[in-house]
Amino acid sequence: MRILPFIASTLATVGLISVLNIQLKTGKTLTPKLGYFLSPQQGFWKNAEKVGASFDANIVAKDLKGNVDVYMDDRLVPHIYADNDEDAYFVQGYLHAKFRLWQMDFQTRVASGRLSEIAGADKLTIDRFFRRLGMVYGAEQTEKYINENNPVMKATVDAYTAGVNAYLKQLSPEEIPFEYKLMNYQPEEWSPKKTYLFLMFMSYDLTGRAAAADLQLTNTRDFLGYDLFDKLYTNQQDSLDPIIPKGTSFAEASIKPTKPVGADLAYLKKKETTDEAQNISSSPEAPDKNNGSNNWAVAGSKTKSGRPILCSDPHLGLNLPSLWYEVQITTPTHSTYGASFPGSPAVIIGFNDSLAWGVTNAGRDVLDYYDLKFKDSTQKEYWFNGSWQATTNRQEVIKVKDSADVVENIAMTHWGPAMFDAHYQNEQSMGRNLAVKWTGHNASTGVETFYKLNRAKNYDDYIGAINLWKCPGQNFVFASKTGDIAIKQQGSFVARWDRQGDFIMPGEDSSYDWQGFIPNEENPMIKNPERGFVSSANQKSVDSTYPYYLGTASSFPLYRGISVNKHLATMNQITAEDMQGLQTNNYNVFAEVARPALNKFIDINALSSDAQKMVKEMNNWDLYNHENSKGITIFKLIWDSVENAVWGDELAGAKVKLTKPEAYVLVDQMNKDSNFIVADDIRTKNKVETLKEQVNLGVEHATKKLLELEKENKITWASFKATSVNHLTKIPALSRLNLPIGGGVNIINATTENHGPSWRMVVHLTDEIEAYGLYPGGQSGNPGSPYYDTFVDYWAAGKYYRLLFLPKAKLIANERTKWHIQFKNA
Amino acid sequence: MKITESNSMKFLVGTLVSALVTYAIGLYGNLPWWSFAISNFIIAILITQTPFKSFLSGALGVGLTWLTLAMIIDQQNHHLLSGKVATILPLNGSYVALIAITAFVGFLIGGLSALAGSYVRKTA
Repeated sequence: MRILPFIASTLATVGLISVLNIQLKTGKTLTPKLGYFLSPQQGFWKNAEKVGASFDANIVAKDLKGNVDVYMDDRLVPHIYADNDEDAYFVQGYLHAKFRLWQMDFQTRVASGRLSEIAGADKLTIDRFFRRLGMVYGAEQTEKYINENNPVMKATVDAYTAGVNAYLKQLSPEEIPFEYKLMNYQPEEWSPKKTYLFLMFMSYDLTGRAAAADLQLTNTRDFLGYDLFDKLYTNQQDSLDPIIPKGTSFAEASIKPTKPVGADLAYLKKKETTDEAQNISSSPEAPDKNNGSNNWAVAGSKTKSGRPILCSDPHLGLNLPSLWYEVQITTPTHSTYGASFPGSPAVIIGFNDSLAWGVTNAGRDVLDYYDLKFKDSTQKEYWFNGSWQATTNRQEVIKVKDSADVVENIAMTHWGPAMFDAHYQNEQSMGRNLAVKWTGHNASTGVETFYKLNRAKNYDDYIGAINLWKCPGQNFVFASKTGDIAIKQQGSFVARWDRQGDFIMPGEDSSYDWQGFIPNEENPMIKNPERGFVSSANQKSVDSTYPYYLGTASSFPLYRGISVNKHLATMNQITAEDMQGLQTNNYNVFAEVARPALNKFIDINALSSDAQKMVKEMNNWDLYNHENSKGITIFKLIWDSVENAVWGDELAGAKVKLTKPEAYVLVDQMNKDSNFIVADDIRTKNKVETLKEQVNLGVEHATKKLLELEKENKITWASFKATSVNHLTKIPALSRLNLPIGGGVNIINATTENHGPSWRMVVHLTDEIEAYGLYPGGQSGNPGSPYYDTFVDYWAAGKYYRLLFLPKAKLIANERTKWHIQFKNA
Repeated sequence: MKITESNSMKFLVGTLVSALVTYAIGLYGNLPWWSFAISNFIIAILITQTPFKSFLSGALGVGLTWLTLAMIIDQQNHHLLSGKVATILPLNGSYVALIAITAFVGFLIGGLSALAGSYVRKTA
């Protein structure tokens, strides 16, 4: 034996393997374990699916009670035919795991504050935020409630869980999803709690903006003073076209929330200076303000066929893998089709043999902060109703990759968890001790609403199903084959007095507490209205005659709803194709109002020649946000610059970022009052700027940017907006960037930078249902699958797929049916 | 160096055995990805060759196995995943570079582990 060369070559081998067997640091990110990752038998190559491979399979699962046949169509949509309901949910869980395992795991990790465990200390701020907000706490309440009170839902979620775990059990190590290999961690067992955590995340995504907005609004009010605040952040929306048509009369309120004595001074006008906060931790980006949606249904009186058509397109973050997964579920009790959530049983937005339903976000305020006074730094007692009350301590242990655990000690109070305290502050909390009270913390049967909608046969079933719904509040639209259409805003809504909860509330006694939830019968709803359609687009659901306060107007986008209603009112002899056209409509109703308002103040002769050219082009624009339009880019930049010129000085000088007033505030002011006080730039002491000067300044400013864009060839709308569908890790190579699509904020086709119609569905309720739909993603979550982003281009082009919803024998015979997965119990 | 027939036979057999064993143990996903280094080490002890030839036969055994597997997989996948990975890694999106690097990693570890094995029996 040659000792020295032996030692040298052994060391070289071991050294090389070791280096390729750890995650190397490159900048802020870690590489995968390169040797493992590159291994063609274990690493990423194993995730490169053979194009054209068969999905036929025979699966034996002893947890099944009977047999299940799954037929996959050419878009890889599974059509599940099960002998009984629980088996169907077992198989739904199995298929979700088979095609979306990593995403399900990742999303629940985010919801439960467990990102640091896989990604290291960098993610601690996000984890701490979600832990302290009470995400895990809320999921625990729901789990406990369902286990104790709802055997059917428990069995449903258990069957789903067993299905996910049956897939995991047979999954060999080299077949785990690509992202696990990339980020170097392992899949773990599913549990019912993870389903509830996922639903908590949806609650957060759709109602959690208040967790940021309430702080921002409080700071904005403190900075401006209430009177100016109330003028700039008015709850008055003159052009509102509510979900329930104006003039509808409402029943008298059964709860009459009363404003506490002295609230005008103690709450609304409160102006206090707060200490600079210590230990500032950044919060995750607040849920997108445009998390909204459109839905509508037209009655047979307005359609060509005489049958209703229902449309629903939820606007959410556009991600790969998509939040949605299409599925048909058919059992002896029901048959349904639509978009499901990987992570939860049942169909969420879809239709069945008898009817169709869809949802949009209600936008109602269901999250409030209460200012706490702790006795001392131990936070063991807080002042409430005239005495010191004990808190209980909730411990949340956050595991951190390559580092010690972090323990969050959260003081639980009458209001809820003390989210902000001496140990945790963000940029907006300003050193306060704040407890958070949120309907998301309350136990809810959540998925039961969808379970029942999947089986609903008529209007009464629909109402029965949605009345169980608590959080996040939604506008449930409905249409049936028998000709009924309806819409109802449903959820646990706080019976609020005017402006209650817009700002941080005093937490030292119960006078600012919620005084009750609005009874289901008093929630806004309408059935078979004379105008022949119902619709919602996240606008305020009712006009000011409704007896309860809805929340601050900035939570309710104004213009999309106007556009939807305007179109629907004039349309007749409607076909499914017409409805597709409306869902992808790019008309800019905001610009229709704002452009003339701008022109009122633009002094064309005072402008530079470049600016004149831009204004001319803006005025020649057809008001459609089409992908190739230049006019919209010009309009948007001019409008934004004018807004900045007008509001900039009001909001400048604050220690923290303040909320900009809503666009309609400025438009309304420009249209009615040319001597708008706020136009004066308070930074120029000896001069009173007129709105005219501000507008012209804005135009010149925008022109500079526009000329740059023109040079970079980025002035057409799609290239300026650069819509992308991002992978959940935001890795560009796994995302689809710069899609050729129009639309935008205030547009029915609400596609912004990485947000928009996440599932488009049109259902024509003819005898054999005629349904169309798609989402910007693909049925497989595997970046190495040809089905990873199958629908993205079609979606961007505004096209639709005809959805296959057929009884078993017909589906087997259909030419689009490709594969058969057989599940047997032995 | 004079290459005799038995020597080149040994080289061929060594390479083939290395390739086959690499492939076979790679089918067991529970084993570490570098298990072939151990098998190559043992093969180089059992099939005595000069250190250089041991290196080359171990390197080619693993390298060619990985090259072939990666190429077949990539061909069948129409470069869908390799294109993405070659952008993350970053190799400018070149699937050719990604396959080359994959093969090179196998080649190098395969060769070094066989080289180490060759020195166990070899006397100067």
